[in-house]
Amino acid sequence: MGAAHTAPPAGSLLRFENVTVCFDELEALHQVSFEMRAGETRVVLGAAGSGKTVLLKTALGLIKPDAGRVFLFGHDITNVPERDLFDIRSQVGVLFQEGGLFDSITVAENVAYPLVNRKTHTVPASEVDSRVQDALRFVELEHTLDKYPSELSGGMRRRVGIARAVVSEPPLVLYDSPTAGLDPITANTIMALIAKERDTQNTANLIVTQRYQDGQLMANFRYNRNRGYLEPVSGNGDAAGHGSNSTGTVFMVMKEGIVVFEGTQAELEASSDPYVIRFVPKYS
Amino acid sequence: MLDFLKSPVAAIQDFYVLAGRAVRNIFRTPHYADDIALQMDVIGVGSLPIVFLVSFFSGVVITMQMSRALSQYGATGQVGQIVAITLVRELGPVLTAVVVAGRNASGIASELGSMTVTEQIDAMRALGTDPIQKLVTPRMIATCFMQPMLTIIADFVGIFGGFLIARLSLGLSTSQYWTNAYEALKYNDIVQGLLKPLVFAFVISLVGCFYGLRTSGGTQGVGRSTTTAVVVSIVWVFMITALLTRIFVNLS
Ligand SMILES: Nc1ncnc2c1ncn2[C@@H]1O[C@H](COP(=O)(O)OP(=O)(O)O)[C@@H](O)[C@H]1O
Ligand SMILES: [Mg+2]
Repeated sequence: MGAAHTAPPAGSLLRFENVTVCFDELEALHQVSFEMRAGETRVVLGAAGSGKTVLLKTALGLIKPDAGRVFLFGHDITNVPERDLFDIRSQVGVLFQEGGLFDSITVAENVAYPLVNRKTHTVPASEVDSRVQDALRFVELEHTLDKYPSELSGGMRRRVGIARAVVSEPPLVLYDSPTAGLDPITANTIMALIAKERDTQNTANLIVTQRYQDGQLMANFRYNRNRGYLEPVSGNGDAAGHGSNSTGTVFMVMKEGIVVFEGTQAELEASSDPYVIRFVPKYS
Repeated sequence: MLDFLKSPVAAIQDFYVLAGRAVRNIFRTPHYADDIALQMDVIGVGSLPIVFLVSFFSGVVITMQMSRALSQYGATGQVGQIVAITLVRELGPVLTAVVVAGRNASGIASELGSMTVTEQIDAMRALGTDPIQKLVTPRMIATCFMQPMLTIIADFVGIFGGFLIARLSLGLSTSQYWTNAYEALKYNDIVQGLLKPLVFAFVISLVGCFYGLRTSGGTQGVGRSTTTAVVVSIVWVFMITALLTRIFVNLS
């Protein structure tokens, strides 16, 4: 790394520069570089164990890179001590693959957690309840306020996780495998919620997933606020809707810690790399 | 060449880092008083019945065994002294530590372990809470506070168990037993009898937290961490008691 370092330009939400993460002998990320800008949806595809979760945790500073740099909202977070990260992390919403819901407290307390635990940008106590209710209404779980996470189904827990991720209205939301382990119908409900969140709040999204359909939905559908449902984006796409990039969706494919593809959906579908096209179902 | 040493040395280093941060947090805000109180209840009050049982029967057994040996010298009357010294110096602290290690090192490791594998620890960090402040420090404080108390209780219950045998089976008088027991104890014995549980508590709680927080590999991993935490903390208890006893024996 050169000493003279240029900070990333404004509007950059998240930037990786040659990030390498090792666990003992294993390289979970190898020289990963990319940049996410405001309004962007980035879908990261990759087989199990390809380093998707590690990528997401590195973006939050939960895992420290062994080499390279990570910038969050233009701040270099690579070597920042944990205590000084809390402030910047509070601007990022995150849904963990395993949920990460605190099982000793109720659903409402879980969703309120980001609001009441922050050191800065605190929300007045009188507002917390209504914000929590709004967030739970958004995921259609307003009746579960006083339940404990263990009393909910897997899909409901994901939805609570989404409510907690977005309750503080962060400009950037990270989703780790939001549809893993769910049946296809529930998975679609979850993805529809994520798209709805993106299009009502204008957030940037980093979505890590094994399912190509998840990326396809994010790339080709927008939530129509007036009508209240998802509709295919029109524009420069072909009749089936793909090829259009008006949702600003970028695809990235990871293989064993290496980014093997980065580009639009059309480029992804045209790829000849056998690993990359494994993620693209064949169209009839 | 020394590669096989790399992982234990790294683990010990990580343990020191955790211990250092847990101790430093005592002097930092926020303090989670509710969590400390809850853990005191779980660790202290929860361990009482088993500490009672174990120490009572130890006192009974020591008295029965010793009375036979002492009767050869016609010194059965001195049994109170032996029971008191054995319990206060050694068995009280160690038996309590083994109970607390079995109940609480495992409890802590499995609780923090499940929180780790379900990414609750990551979520805590992501949402602005330091898991060491919120989870480790309260458990450490609670254990360090409760374990000396439990040990004192164990000492008394054990000596009382010995008294029942001395009175009912050996025919000693009440005052003979208790005076003998009381006069046997020196200042040095009390200090070592209270210092040991404090050190054990520190080690047991931190070993439990340490293995809990480094759990990986899902539900199976939680089981592994739990077992390791109990085994490692019990091994440490016996090594530390040997070391401390050596120091105190030299002192007197
Ligand atoms: N805390 C850890 N310790 C050791 N190895 C890890 C750890 N976290 C992840 N790994 C390894 O890093 C690789 C990438 O893992 P991960 O990012 O979780 O994959 P996925 O793409 O399925 O989310 C895997 O081989 C995994 O075993
Ligand atoms: Mg993963």
